[in-house]
Amino acid sequence: MDFTEDQITRYSRHILLQDVGVEGQEKIKAGKVLIIGAGGLGAPVAFYLAAAGLGTIGIIDGDVVDLSNLQRQIIHFTADVNKPKVLSAKEKINQLNPDVKVNIYQELFTSENAFDIITDYDFIVDGTDNFPVKFLINDACVLAGKPFSHGGILRFEGQTFTHTPGNACYRCLFNSPPPPNAVPTCSQAGVLGAIAGMLGTIQAAEVLKYFTGVGELLTNRLLSFNAKTMDFRTIRTKRSGRCPVCGEHPTVTTLIDYEQTACDLASHRKDKR
Amino acid sequence: MAKIKVNGEVQELKLPITLSELLILNQVAQPDMVSIQLNGEFVYQEDYATIINDGDEIDFLYFMGGGSK
Ligand SMILES: [Zn+2]
Repeated sequence: MDFTEDQITRYSRHILLQDVGVEGQEKIKAGKVLIIGAGGLGAPVAFYLAAAGLGTIGIIDGDVVDLSNLQRQIIHFTADVNKPKVLSAKEKINQLNPDVKVNIYQELFTSENAFDIITDYDFIVDGTDNFPVKFLINDACVLAGKPFSHGGILRFEGQTFTHTPGNACYRCLFNSPPPPNAVPTCSQAGVLGAIAGMLGTIQAAEVLKYFTGVGELLTNRLLSFNAKTMDFRTIRTKRSGRCPVCGEHPTVTTLIDYEQTACDLASHRKDKR
Repeated sequence: MAKIKVNGEVQELKLPITLSELLILNQVAQPDMVSIQLNGEFVYQEDYATIINDGDEIDFLYFMGGGSK
C-alpha cells in the first residue's frame, strides 16, 4: 500500500511515532470499524478514527439529530437538527478526511441485522447508551469472535473496557441487564457533555492500538472514572467460567432483544402526546 | 477488626458480614445497578449471603448508561 505525498504529510505525526511508523499507518488504513450509535461516544470515536486515516468506518443509528444532542454529540451541528444522524456524521467525516470510506446504516442494531452487519468489520465500537443494545453487541461480538470496545457514561462518570476473543466479556462482569425499573430515567439522569469526549477518545485510542498492535489493550480490566474528582480506576477482571455467553456451559447461544428500558418507554409516551 | 478492600480502599470492620450487608454499609443506593466482584470473581445475586473473609477484595461495578438519551 502506497501513500501519496499529501497522505505522508497528513499522517506525519503518526508516522513519526516509532511504535507506529509507515507500517502502522498502513494497518490503520486497512482497518474496518463499525461504530454503533452516532451519539455522544460515537461522535468523538468517528472524528478521531477519521482523522487517523482509518480505512473504513461503518456507522449505524436510526435516529435523527435533536437539539438536545448538540450539548455532547459534537459530530452534529446546529444546521443538522432533524437530519438522520448517520448522514450528518458521514458528511463531517468526509470533510475531515476524504480518504475514509464511510458505510451508513440508518436503522436500529437488532438481533435481526447484527451478524450480517458486523461480519464486514474487524472491530466494533459500542457507542450506545441503553442496556438492551449493549448486551446485544456483546453477545453478537462474542458469538462471532469479533473484538469490541464497551463504553458507558452517566452523569459525571464513565467506564470502558476492550474485549478480544478469549478475554472477559460484558456478561463476565455484568451477567444480565439491570431490571428496567432500576435504570435511571431520562429526567433523573443527564450527562456532562465533556464526559462523552473523555470516554470516546479512550475508545478511539483502543481501536488504533488494536490495529497497530501498540501497547496493551484494555482487556480483562474495567477502566472507570468520575469527573467530579477526576479519579481514574482500573479494576482487574477476568473471563468467568460461569459466563452465560462465553463460559463453559453457555445459555446464551442466539441473540436476544431485551425489553426497552423504562426510559425509552417514558420518552416514547411523551412523544405520543 | 478485619481489614478488607472495597473499590481499592481499605475498610476496617467487624466480621462476620455478608456481601448484602456490605452493600448497605457502603450506602449503595441501587444494588440492582451494581455487580459485585469478590477477589476478582463475579458474584451472582443469589450468593450475596456469602460471608466476607479478612483480606478480601471487593469491587462494586456500576452499570453505566441508561437514561441520558
Ligand atoms: Zn463472558
